[in-house]
Amino acid sequence: MRRPRSAERLRDAATQAVVLAGALALAAWFVGNTLDNLSERGIASGFGFLDSTAGFSIIFTLIDYSELSTYGRAFLVGLLNTLLVSAVGIVAATILGVLVGVARLSTNWLVARLATVYVETFRNIPLLLQIFFWYFAVLGAMPQPRASLSLFGVMFLNNRGLFVPKPLLTPGFWIASALLAAGTAAAVLLWRRARVRGVATRARAIFCLALALIPAAAAALIGEPVTGWSLPHLAGFSFEGGAVLIPEFVGLVLGLSLYTGAYIAENVRSGILAVDKGQRESAAALGLSRGQILRLVILPQAMRVIVPPLTSHYLSLTKNSSLAAAIGYPELVSVFAGTVLNQTGQAVEVIAITMAVYLSISLVIAGAMNLYNRRVARIGDER
Amino acid sequence: MTGATMGALRWTRRNLFASPLNGALTIACLSLIVLAVPPALTWLVLDANFAGTSRADCTGDGACWVFVKERLGQFLYGFYPEPERWRIDLAFALLALLAVPLLVPRVPNKKLPAVLLVTVYPVVAFMLFHGGPGMDVVETAKWGGLFLTLVVAGVGIAVSFPVGILLALGRRSHMPVIKALSVAFIELVRGVPLITVLFMASVMLPLFLPEGVTVDKLLRALVGVALFYAAYMAEVVRGGLQAIPQSQYDAAAALGFGRRQTLYLVILPQALRHVIPGVVGVFIALLKDTTLVLIIGLFDLLGIVQAAVSDPQWIGYNVEGYVFAGLGFWLFCFALSRLSQALERRLSHSTQPAKITTFR
Repeated sequence: MRRPRSAERLRDAATQAVVLAGALALAAWFVGNTLDNLSERGIASGFGFLDSTAGFSIIFTLIDYSELSTYGRAFLVGLLNTLLVSAVGIVAATILGVLVGVARLSTNWLVARLATVYVETFRNIPLLLQIFFWYFAVLGAMPQPRASLSLFGVMFLNNRGLFVPKPLLTPGFWIASALLAAGTAAAVLLWRRARVRGVATRARAIFCLALALIPAAAAALIGEPVTGWSLPHLAGFSFEGGAVLIPEFVGLVLGLSLYTGAYIAENVRSGILAVDKGQRESAAALGLSRGQILRLVILPQAMRVIVPPLTSHYLSLTKNSSLAAAIGYPELVSVFAGTVLNQTGQAVEVIAITMAVYLSISLVIAGAMNLYNRRVARIGDER
Repeated sequence: MTGATMGALRWTRRNLFASPLNGALTIACLSLIVLAVPPALTWLVLDANFAGTSRADCTGDGACWVFVKERLGQFLYGFYPEPERWRIDLAFALLALLAVPLLVPRVPNKKLPAVLLVTVYPVVAFMLFHGGPGMDVVETAKWGGLFLTLVVAGVGIAVSFPVGILLALGRRSHMPVIKALSVAFIELVRGVPLITVLFMASVMLPLFLPEGVTVDKLLRALVGVALFYAAYMAEVVRGGLQAIPQSQYDAAAALGFGRRQTLYLVILPQALRHVIPGVVGVFIALLKDTTLVLIIGLFDLLGIVQAAVSDPQWIGYNVEGYVFAGLGFWLFCFALSRLSQALERRLSHSTQPAKITTFR
């Protein structure tokens, strides 16, 4: 930038003073009016309301909550529900997006066309409409529990939601999980060493896989085989056992992941296209297979292009989870900025807390993705 | 075998059955299509009911388009009084009349329609919509349907674009106060969901204003949407500003251009050309997000469809309603994205004879 001359510098100072004074005056006017309005309407201020009894129930909670709990507890329930639906949505959208993004570049004409149709359809229809469609039109039309749609005999979909197996936190479950984790860690270590030493054969891969899975399976079979998981089963007119994912949750996750998945697919596609064609050709010349080229040559380089926009897709998915307010999934906006705000009337505090929470979530996701980005970027630079 | 069938066979083998895995994928996709498309078509068209006026006319297993037909007026205009609906039609016809010369490359004088569009048209449109000389007033509470969606989107775009440019310039300003305020606004808004901004506009704005002063609900929503998207617009425009090399500023200074001339004649025209895809992307996002106004009680296209499918008289026909609304939004968004591609091509040709490669 050009250095301002003294006359310009004076004008700059004056401009800034005027803008600052205007902003401050506006803020002061707002604060004054708000204080007047609040006292006029007899609305308390401050954060004391967080300790008062909420008095309303919530249909889906991850922690203990009842009508006798406090508003603070209700806030926590909403926050956890937001985090849950965002995390599930991010994982599902990423898997879907990567698959479809690769499929769009497939040499298979039909696969590429279908992927394009998916992307162009889901990107150009409002998310809220999609959520309504899944929740009201699809899940709302599901059969009664007795006529549930069964997925592999362990998951059941009906008009009360999706019934899934639930892990029982018994000693047997923990032992099996610990063995699985230890086995997997050992297998990964062995496989890495085999790769480094250049003896990564198919037999060794099968051996590693067995090392990861067999101890856990054995523990599950010998130990307490039945108590590890609680499976849903029909009892009378409804299901018993397992865990139920309410239709609001399922509809929201479907909407969020299908919508964001379409954006991630485009992101992945442009990332892969950004990798120099010569890279693919030289990898092919070295005799790598198509799968190896994608996994070892293209994706590591494409990640550098993919990660920054991917971060913003994750952020928008998290923020879009607030659309749950329209179908009644009890996340932060619906519980806190909806019910709590209506009951207490403390709009300023409630909206401020809500916004602060979203800002913090955004900062955390952006921070984590920046760390990851630094790693993928450095791997690229080390070449 | 003729040459054509040989060619088709070769094409099929190369594009659909190149390897066993590829063949399996093809068969999986084909079975997906066979499973999904015929039933969908049967429901949408073959078994669907088109004729009639009431629920009783929907007998088949297919879609009940009678429902959409009966409610079409509401879906398009909301609760706008029927005898006055010509005013909306007229306003959109005028818009088309002004916009077409701008979009067709061969029309020579673009200045006049452009100036009319940004100065006279908003006033005329407002008088037609709300009520002007010799016309009855139609309160905004009666506005709805596609009409309201287009009003929110149009005003949102028209306001957020210039405000976004200002914010982007503010963020790159050398004046610390302006820069700090711009950065704070942009980052705050981009960190929160649109719903919270709309909630703020609907519950907190009345608190901010003196006792007795009320602001129209639609206006509050418009302010919320426009300011929210101005922050996103600002980031897109900032990308374009950053792409302008320092030499452009230096060259402008060497020609004796002042700060303002440099900005208007050198920097902005280039920067905005760079960011057309991003700007249209924000427009599309804004258009889709107009649906959120239904959460604060306005009846946009989706809101009015949602109200209609909840009507006991037509219960059970929500898929028809969603398909109609989805098709409406899809057409607008798809058209916008194609328009952006066309604009991008045209503007890149007008300045650079060489083909621009998007990647690398």
